[in-house]
Amino acid sequence: MKQYLNHLNKAFENRVRLGIMSALTVNDYLDFNALKELLNVTDGNLASHLKALEKEEYIGMEKSFVGRKPNTKYHITKAGRSAFEEHIGALEQLIKEQHQSK
Amino acid sequence: MNKEPDYIKDISEIRNIMERSSRFMSLSGLSGVMAGIYALVGAYLAYKLFYFSDEILYRTISRGVVSDKVLHVVLLALGVLVLAIGTGIWFSYSKAKKHNYRMWDATAKRMIINLAIPLTTGGIFVLIMFSKGLIGLIAPCTLIFYGLALINASKYTYTDIRYLGFCEIVLGLLSSYFIGYGLLFWAIGFGLLHIIYGTVMYFKYEK
Repeated sequence: MKQYLNHLNKAFENRVRLGIMSALTVNDYLDFNALKELLNVTDGNLASHLKALEKEEYIGMEKSFVGRKPNTKYHITKAGRSAFEEHIGALEQLIKEQHQSK
Repeated sequence: MNKEPDYIKDISEIRNIMERSSRFMSLSGLSGVMAGIYALVGAYLAYKLFYFSDEILYRTISRGVVSDKVLHVVLLALGVLVLAIGTGIWFSYSKAKKHNYRMWDATAKRMIINLAIPLTTGGIFVLIMFSKGLIGLIAPCTLIFYGLALINASKYTYTDIRYLGFCEIVLGLLSSYFIGYGLLFWAIGFGLLHIIYGTVMYFKYEK
């Protein structure tokens, strides 16, 4: 079986998770609301995907207070960055292969 | 394997989100064209209504009075500025709405802050020069600081705006050498360059 398919990461097989990883790749930090607006998802949906990525240790978070409001900032971890790069590489391979077979 | 077409969509979605989350993409080329037109009209009015030579200015300043004409030109310039910014916001708003984005988000804030740092510095500097009577250097300084502001902001919006910034700086330096042609350089820098830049942007990204 084709080798690169092993690099496709199950953790990213979801639009919202892909979106979170993409956004955190190019931003040092993003807070919950910024992610929510960017991806156009509900609080609950976003929170569950964030939790899943956090469990994989692909992203980290920091809680702080802005005035009296709690504010949660997310950032990508080293492991998350390399896993995401691998995933994109595999996607590219897959698409290339698909073009050739046509 | 029947999910393959989805992967292409995934890639384009990744690109889209990376770009949208890090750069302010709602800037419209048309607002640049409009700003340029306002500036040209403003420069024409200034020339027709209260044109003055720098010589007269220096004389009035050495006597410690700022002529009414200078204040009128300042007010006219401020009017053009407000109109240009207002149009810019309005066009950005409608462009964001068309694409279903929010105009005022983290990327907009970041761009504005980075634009404002050199611009505010330049603004204060120009006010100090004004109060010290260095009128001749005001036009060059506005162009130079505006150019620096654009280059600083280019990291947070379309990178093309960098080239506009370079042009403004070159123009500002030229105008600091040819003192007395401030109005002409203003018309080129804020009028002509904006129209050219806006047209290029419009055809490159919005057509």
